[in-house]
Amino acid sequence: MTTAAERLPARRTSGLLVRALRFVRHHLLTVYAMLAFAYLLLPIAVVIVFSFNNPAGKFNIVWQGFTFDNWLHPFNSPDVQQAVTVSVQIAALSSVIATALGTFIALALVRYRFRGNGATNLLIFLPMATPEIVLGASLLTLFLNNPLGVLPPLGFGTVLIAHIMFCISYVVVTVKARLVGFDRHLEEAAMDLGANEVTTFLRVTLPLIAPAILAGALLSFALSVDDFVITYLNSGSVVTFPLYVWGAARTEISPAINVIGSAIFFIAIAIMLVNVLWQWRRQPKGAV
Amino acid sequence: MTFLHRHRWATPYLLLLPGMAFLAVFFLVPTYYLANTSLQSGDLFSGYVFSWAWENYTDAVTRYQAQFLRSLQYAGLATLLAFLISYPLVYWIAFRGGRWKNLLLLFIIAPFFVTYLIRTLAWQTLLGDEGFVVQTLQTLHLLAEDGRLLATSTAVVAGITYNFLPFMALPIYVSLEQIDQRLIEAAEDLYASRVMAFLRVTFPLSLPGVFAGTLLTFIPAAGDFINAQLLGTPHQSMIGNVIQSKFKVIADYPEAAALSFVLMSAILVVVLVYARVLGSERLTG
Repeated sequence: MTTAAERLPARRTSGLLVRALRFVRHHLLTVYAMLAFAYLLLPIAVVIVFSFNNPAGKFNIVWQGFTFDNWLHPFNSPDVQQAVTVSVQIAALSSVIATALGTFIALALVRYRFRGNGATNLLIFLPMATPEIVLGASLLTLFLNNPLGVLPPLGFGTVLIAHIMFCISYVVVTVKARLVGFDRHLEEAAMDLGANEVTTFLRVTLPLIAPAILAGALLSFALSVDDFVITYLNSGSVVTFPLYVWGAARTEISPAINVIGSAIFFIAIAIMLVNVLWQWRRQPKGAV
Repeated sequence: MTFLHRHRWATPYLLLLPGMAFLAVFFLVPTYYLANTSLQSGDLFSGYVFSWAWENYTDAVTRYQAQFLRSLQYAGLATLLAFLISYPLVYWIAFRGGRWKNLLLLFIIAPFFVTYLIRTLAWQTLLGDEGFVVQTLQTLHLLAEDGRLLATSTAVVAGITYNFLPFMALPIYVSLEQIDQRLIEAAEDLYASRVMAFLRVTFPLSLPGVFAGTLLTFIPAAGDFINAQLLGTPHQSMIGNVIQSKFKVIADYPEAAALSFVLMSAILVVVLVYARVLGSERLTG
């Protein structure tokens, strides 16, 4: 009996110790996660903070003083404005085209069983598994050789083609992921009620998969605006925003670059936040 | 529409046709031209002609061995670092994130919303000689008085790690998220310690994500040249730097094309060995 009584407090302290250790370990993971978040967000903070800098020299690297001027006149140099315009034009065109082509492929892959399924999936996967420099290099050799002489000279057209090419796969993957849970009974119901295939597609299928298509389009737009490597190799003399930054980085880094970088960041975050909030509202209350 | 009704089998092919034709013309055909170019000889002024110039390949491998090895080393190191940083982070989000998961994931992909070049330039600012990172390390005597971070291998690897980290984090998150919590509870009910339960249940179940994340990080990292260009010096130059300068600066297309093919093959070999080691048949099949 006495031995049991002696053991009890001992066990209690070891229980406390375990709990303390567990407490520390939980928090260790939390601390680690916070540090990792800091690492992820620190450079973004630098970009935003330095967009308010009032640099003394040509390089916006050392903090000098606070100013709103950069934000009030982001397009001080016509080159920046031109580059941003080109970027937006290419992103808009390429995301529309890539989204159309990619959505059709995704529909075929999810909805139909057909021969060549495996080959199709492989051809979708390969561009995503190829390093950008190799993608850009092989496209460049095609444009330089220009078989049949029908391809545009290096410039806006070639960049557009390149962007559509690398966006298609991402659209297919995005749309496919959202289509898998699609309830086909809804379409069958429409057909039973006398709608033909086109009407069913336009009135039932399209509205249901619209969020998936929108997600694919947004992703394409983001990929296109951000692309440097492939664009750089195939640009000829056309200058997109990333190419402008690349060229400018050697001679000067103006706060305008930070302003536009921050603006792109805030727009993207706003879109994502709307999306997150929207998902939250659709979740039943109490669900995690 | 009557055509579609009569030939329903044709519908998927009609849907596929425009997109797949585009990919065939602008992805497969270019690969042929890259191969063709890599076997050409001549010079820019008289023009390059196809001549089975295999010496482009021997040249590529012998002259740029250092850059190839460096690319694979930097990419491997960055992939490992990205794994070590992101695994605990996404584990924390997946198992402790609760209602905030989606918002926390947003933080992980936030770097992608800043243009690639601009976030690399931000690292230039951060690691610069007057930046607070260098100053702090010097005060702590972890870095010599005249020590630098910018223009070193450390800076290049740090940049690559940062730029491709979300590619590692997201697939791991997805596979952790899919784990049935009851499996971990079962392990603990069967007297596995939390560490054992993690090692024997959680971690093996997350391996498909680790596998995907590793490939998604390693492949673009091995071909990258922006980090080496902006954060390093010619001593840190990777194979991507050589390829881009051969295409854009000295217009030696055949050599650049040969280098691109060697890079692709090197990556393929590394990926296959890695897949074999990890037993990917079990993971992906």
